[in-house]
Amino acid sequence: MSRMQNVVIDSVKTVLGWVPERWLPGGTPDPLIMRRGAVGRQVSRLDGPIKVGGQARFAAEVAMENMCYASLLHSPITRGRMRHLDTSAAEAAPGVILVMTHRNMPRLDIIPLVSVTNLGAVGASALPIMQDTEIRYNGQVVALVLAETQEQADHAASLIQIDYETAGARTHFEAAKATARTPASVLIEKNHTVVGNAEYELAQSPFQVDNIYRTPGHNHNAIELHAVTVAWDGDTLEVHDASQMISGSAAALAKLFGLKKEQVRVLSPFVGGGFGGKGMWDHQVVAVAAARIAGRPVRLVLSRDGVYRIVGGRTPTEQRVALAADAGGNLTALIHTGHSVMPPYSACPEQYTLTGRALYRSKSYAFVQHHLDLDIVPNTYMRAPGESVGTFALESAIDELAHEMGIDPIELRLRNEPETHPLSGTPFSQRALVQAYREGAERFGWARRQATPGTQRDGEWLIGMGCATGSFPYARMPGASASIRLTREGRAIVSCSAQDMGMGTSTVQIQHAADRLGLPMEAIVFEMGDSALPTTPMAGGSSQTVSIAAAIAAAAEKLSGELLRLAGNSSPLAGLRAGEVRMIDQKLVSIEDPSRTESFQQILARASRDEISVSAAGSAPLEMLKFAMHSLSANFCEVRVSEVTGEVRVSRMLGSFDCGAILNPKTATSQFKGGMIMGIGLALTEETLFDERSGRIMNATLADYHIPSHLDVPDIDVMWTGVPDPRSPLGARGIGEIGITGVAAAIANAVFNATGRRVRDLPITLDKLL
Amino acid sequence: MAIRINGNEVAIPDDPRVSLADLLREQLHLTGTKIGCNQGACGACTVLIDGERVLSCLTLAVQADGRAVTTIEGLSSEGSPHPLQSAFIEHDGFQCGYCTPGQICAAAAMLRGVADGMPSYVTADLGERAILSPEEVRERMSGNLCRCGAHNGIVEAILQVAKEDVA
Amino acid sequence: MTPFSYRRPASSMDASALAALKGHKLLGGGTNLVDLMRKGVEHPTTLVDVTALSSEIIEMEGGGLLIGAAARNSAVAAHPLVRAHYPMLSRAILAGASAQIRNMATVAGNLLQRTRCAYFNDPAASRCNKRQPGSGCDALEGFNRYHAILGGSPGCIATHPSDMCVALMALDAQIHLAGSAGTRIVPLADFYRLPGDSPHLETTMEIGELITAVEIPASAMGQRSAYRKVRDRASYAFALVSVAAGVSMQDGTIEDIRLAFGGIAPRPWRALQAEAALRGGPATPEAMAAAMDAELAVARPAAGNAFKVELLKRTTAAVLLELTGDRS
Repeated sequence: MSRMQNVVIDSVKTVLGWVPERWLPGGTPDPLIMRRGAVGRQVSRLDGPIKVGGQARFAAEVAMENMCYASLLHSPITRGRMRHLDTSAAEAAPGVILVMTHRNMPRLDIIPLVSVTNLGAVGASALPIMQDTEIRYNGQVVALVLAETQEQADHAASLIQIDYETAGARTHFEAAKATARTPASVLIEKNHTVVGNAEYELAQSPFQVDNIYRTPGHNHNAIELHAVTVAWDGDTLEVHDASQMISGSAAALAKLFGLKKEQVRVLSPFVGGGFGGKGMWDHQVVAVAAARIAGRPVRLVLSRDGVYRIVGGRTPTEQRVALAADAGGNLTALIHTGHSVMPPYSACPEQYTLTGRALYRSKSYAFVQHHLDLDIVPNTYMRAPGESVGTFALESAIDELAHEMGIDPIELRLRNEPETHPLSGTPFSQRALVQAYREGAERFGWARRQATPGTQRDGEWLIGMGCATGSFPYARMPGASASIRLTREGRAIVSCSAQDMGMGTSTVQIQHAADRLGLPMEAIVFEMGDSALPTTPMAGGSSQTVSIAAAIAAAAEKLSGELLRLAGNSSPLAGLRAGEVRMIDQKLVSIEDPSRTESFQQILARASRDEISVSAAGSAPLEMLKFAMHSLSANFCEVRVSEVTGEVRVSRMLGSFDCGAILNPKTATSQFKGGMIMGIGLALTEETLFDERSGRIMNATLADYHIPSHLDVPDIDVMWTGVPDPRSPLGARGIGEIGITGVAAAIANAVFNATGRRVRDLPITLDKLL
Repeated sequence: MAIRINGNEVAIPDDPRVSLADLLREQLHLTGTKIGCNQGACGACTVLIDGERVLSCLTLAVQADGRAVTTIEGLSSEGSPHPLQSAFIEHDGFQCGYCTPGQICAAAAMLRGVADGMPSYVTADLGERAILSPEEVRERMSGNLCRCGAHNGIVEAILQVAKEDVA
Repeated sequence: MTPFSYRRPASSMDASALAALKGHKLLGGGTNLVDLMRKGVEHPTTLVDVTALSSEIIEMEGGGLLIGAAARNSAVAAHPLVRAHYPMLSRAILAGASAQIRNMATVAGNLLQRTRCAYFNDPAASRCNKRQPGSGCDALEGFNRYHAILGGSPGCIATHPSDMCVALMALDAQIHLAGSAGTRIVPLADFYRLPGDSPHLETTMEIGELITAVEIPASAMGQRSAYRKVRDRASYAFALVSVAAGVSMQDGTIEDIRLAFGGIAPRPWRALQAEAALRGGPATPEAMAAAMDAELAVARPAAGNAFKVELLKRTTAAVLLELTGDRS
C-alpha cells in the first residue's frame, strides 16, 4: 500500500499502453473459446459421489498413529498483559502431554502479510504468535494444551490460571475516526482519487442524493471448522489443512520453522467452505510448534467460538455516497468515501470504493477510504471484500437518485453506461451489462413494478421490487504453474497445487484439460490440493480458474512442442512448431492443413516412450493492466414485508450475469446462487456483534449469527450473457464473488419499493421497518 | 452397554463426555458425520437414531446405549447409493460437501416423518396431512445450515425423491 | 467439559434421590445442558439421565392431557390429541429450534432450559448475575435485543427462550413434581420466579425435586387458538416476540381469552391484564390496543429492545383479529 506501489503500477500501465495488443496474453483470443467440447457442458461435480457418501476426508479427518489432540485457550481481555500464569493444574490433569504458552513456544518470526506486492505471502495477521505476555486483541491465543483425547485437552485448558493486567483498548469505531489513517493506495488503485470538482458539481446540480450507509462486521462461517492435522517426521513436516492457499502456506511454514520448502507438505484436497477465511492464521502455527515439541502428530480443530476469536471477518464500514445528475439524468458527481476498520497488522483494506470508479460515467468523481485502528482480531478478505458492501451503498444511492428524479432505476443506470473505463479511459475487454439488464428485466417481469412505493400488497404483506448492479474486477494471478503427464494409453495426469473449497475446481479443469488436450474427460486425472504439486496461487479474488487455465494452456503448448520433437522427421507433422498444431481427438493436427496429423499414441510408440511429462507456468497476466475487465451482474429482487411485524422475506430473485464464457453451467449456477444467498444474509440477517465496551464478539455461535436458513432462501433464477471475454483464458472471468455483489442493494431497494422506507444500515432487521 | 452403528455393535466409550459425533469421527473413523459448530446450531452432525434425526454433537454417546444409529455411511445399501445421494449430485445440492451428509441424513428422516404425518410450523392445517411443498421442505430442513448456498439444489433433490417415492 | 459420571435411574424416586445430591444434574435430551457444559457454564459432577422415565401422553378423564416429562418435543407436537385440541401447543413446539432438536429435547428439559443471553453464555469474559450471583449484568447496557421488556430487574433482563412454554402458559398447564417429600402439582404460572435480586433462582422447584409430567386441562380456548413467532431469521431462531392466544367467541364478543407472550420476559408471560380488558368485550382493534397498552404499561425496555413494545402490540392484535374474525 505504498506510494511506491502507485508509481510502479502506473508505470507498468503506461508502458503497456505502447505494447501492441497481439503481443499480450489474450492479444489473440484463446482458440478454445471457439472450439468447445467438454467446456460449457452441464457436468455434475466429479467429486460428488464421495462427498454425498461421506468418504471425502477433510483436514480434521485424517487418521494418524499415536495422534494427540489440541485445545486452545483464548484471552478474555482485549488489551493488556498476562501478569501471572499458572499451568500446573493443567499439566497435572489426566491425559495431558503438553501445555504450551509463550514460555515454551519456539521463538518465531512474523508471517509476511498477503498483499498485491507480495502475492506469495499468506499471512492474515502480522502479530506475533504466542511470543510474549502481551494481549493485543480479545480472543488471542494464549495457551495450547495437548492431551490423549479431545475431552481431556479441552478440560485441561480450562484449568490454566491467568491473572491479566488490563490496559486501555481502542474499541470504539466513532472515536477512532480522530486518528484515522488514509493509505496511499487501495490494492492496486490509488486511494484518494479526484476528477473535476465533485463537491461543487453536487451543490450545483438539479438533482442530488447524499447519504451515509453503514454495514456491520461479518464472519465467513464456512460450515467446516478451521482444522489441521499435523505430523513431523524428523525434519519434514506434513500438514493436512483446510486451506485456500496451499503452496503459500507450505512456503510460509517452511520459512517460519527454518526448513526448506521441500521439507514441508501441505495437503488440502477438500475444504469445507472458505469464502476468504481459510487462510493462514495462528492455529496452524501453534499446532505445528506443539507437534514438534511433543514429538507426536497433533490434531487441532478450532471450536466455533474459536473461529470467531482468532479468524477475522469482514470489517464494518461507514460510507458516504453522494450522487448528482443533470436534468437529462447524466451523472455530474459521484462521491464515495468512508471509514472502515483495518489495524496495521491486517491485510485487507475492504476496497468498497473500487466499484464506483469503474461503473458509471460522471462529470466528476471523488473517492477516498480511511482506515481505523482498533484492537481487534485482524480483519480479512471475505467474499467480494469491498464490492459486496460498497455496492450496497453505491447501488442504493443510484436507486435513491432515480426515485428523486422520477425515472426508472435501470434507465438511469443505462444512461450513465461508460464506453471505456470512466477514470482511465482504458478499453473494456468485453462488457454487456446493458444486455444483462435488458434480458434480466424481461425475464423477471420488471415492467410490472410500480414506481410508487407501498402500492402493492397481499394481505398484511407489502410487495416491492428492486434491482442493483453487481461488479467484481477480473483477476488472474501470476505464478501459476501446472504439469501434464501424457501416457501412451492416452491418459493425461494434470497436476497443480490448486484448492477447491466447493467451487468445482477439479471438475472444471478436467473439462478444460479435455478440450485443451483433445482427450475425453474420462482420460483426464486432475491432481490437486497438495503443495508437492506444481505451485498455483491462492484461491482468492475469483482468479483461480483462469490462473490455472493459463498454466494448463502453457503446459499443453509445451506438450505439443515435445510431441512434435518426438515425432521427428518421419512424421506427417515434421517441420511444424507448437503454435501451428492443435490437439484434437487424441491427435496432433496441423492448423493450416488438417490432413497432416498423427495420434499421441503413434508418436509415443514410435519414440518408444510410455509417457511424456511437461510443466510450465502461465503467462504474466498483463491483460489486467491493459484492459478494464470486470464481471458484472444485474440483480433483481422481489420482497414481501409484513406490515404488522416488519419481517422481510425475499420471495423472488434473479441474477443476470455478464462474466464472459460460462465453463460449466451447473456448477456456475451454484456459485452464482451461493453468492446471492450470502447476499440475502448480508442484507437481512448477518451481523457480527462486537461489544464496543469490551472489544469482544458476543455472538460467536451459529445460533446467534444468523446465516440464511433454508426458509430464508427462495427459488433463485440465474441467467448470463455468456459473451466470451476475448482477453482471458477460455474467455472466462471470475464468478466466485460477483454473486454477492449488488444483492444487498437490490433487496434494500425492493424494501423501499414495498414500504417507502429507506434502510441505509445493514442488516435490514424488522425493527427498522416498524 | 453397546450402540448399534450401521448394523455393527459398538462399545460405549469409558469417558461419558464423549459425544456420539466424536465417537463416530475419532474412534470409529466414520468421518462422514461432520461437526460444524459443536453447539447444536448447524445440523452438520445429523445422524439417525432409531430412524429419527438427531444432532450427534449434543448427544452423549452413552445416551445412545441400546439404540440403532445410522450415519451417512450406513444410508447407502450394499454399495448402491441412497436415492437422495444420487439426487443431490444430479441437482448440485452441495458445493464444498461439508454440510452434505447432515443434509442427506436429515432429508431421509424428514421424508419418513412426512409419510408418518409429522406436521411443521408452516403446515396450514394441523388436522390435515401435510403436502410436501417447497416451503414445507424448506421449513423442515432449516435445521441444516449451508454456507455455500446450495439450498435450491437441496430442495429440488428432496422434492424429486419425494415424488419418486409416491410414484 | 469437567469430568462427570453418568447415572440412569430406573424410577423417578431414584432420580429424585440422586437429584438431591450435590453436583448432580438431571439430563434430558441434552440439547441445552450439554452445550452449557461445553461452554463452561455448567459443571455437574454427575448427570442423572431421566429420559427413560415416563414419556407417555395420556388423555385424562374429563378431557385434558397428561404428558410424561420425558416425552420428546416432536412427539408432543405430532400427537393427534394435541393437534386436535391444542393446536397452539403443536404450533409453538414446531416453531422452536429444529426438527433434530425437537426429536431430542424432552418436555421437562424444555421447561428447564436456560436463557440464551450472550453474557450468561460467556463465562470466560462476561459478568452475569444469573450465572454468578453478584457479579453484575453486562446485558443491561450491552446487546439486549433478545432481552426482557417485562418482568426484568436491575440485576437481570434475560428471557426464557422457550416457545412450547408460552403455549403451556396460555393453556393453564400444571407441573407435576416429585421429590423426597412426595409429589405435588404447581400451576405453570407459579413455576417460574422473576429474577428480582436473585436471578440465579429460576423456578420454585425444591432441591431433589424433578418434573414427572405436565398436565393440560381441557379448554375450549385450545381449539380456536394460534401461535405466532416473530424472529430475525425465517426459521431456526429464537423469538423476538411470540404470541400464544386462544379465544372463545359469543355473538361477536370475546367470551373468554388466553394470552401469553414469549421472548419478552424472564418467564413465559401470561398477559392477565390484557385478558381481563378484552374478556366480555368486542374484538376490535381499538379494544386490543387498549388491552395491550394496559399490559405493557409497566414495560421497561432497554436500548436494544425498545421496538418490542410496538412489535408485541402489533403482533398480538394481528393474531387476535385473525382468531376472532369471521370463520365461516
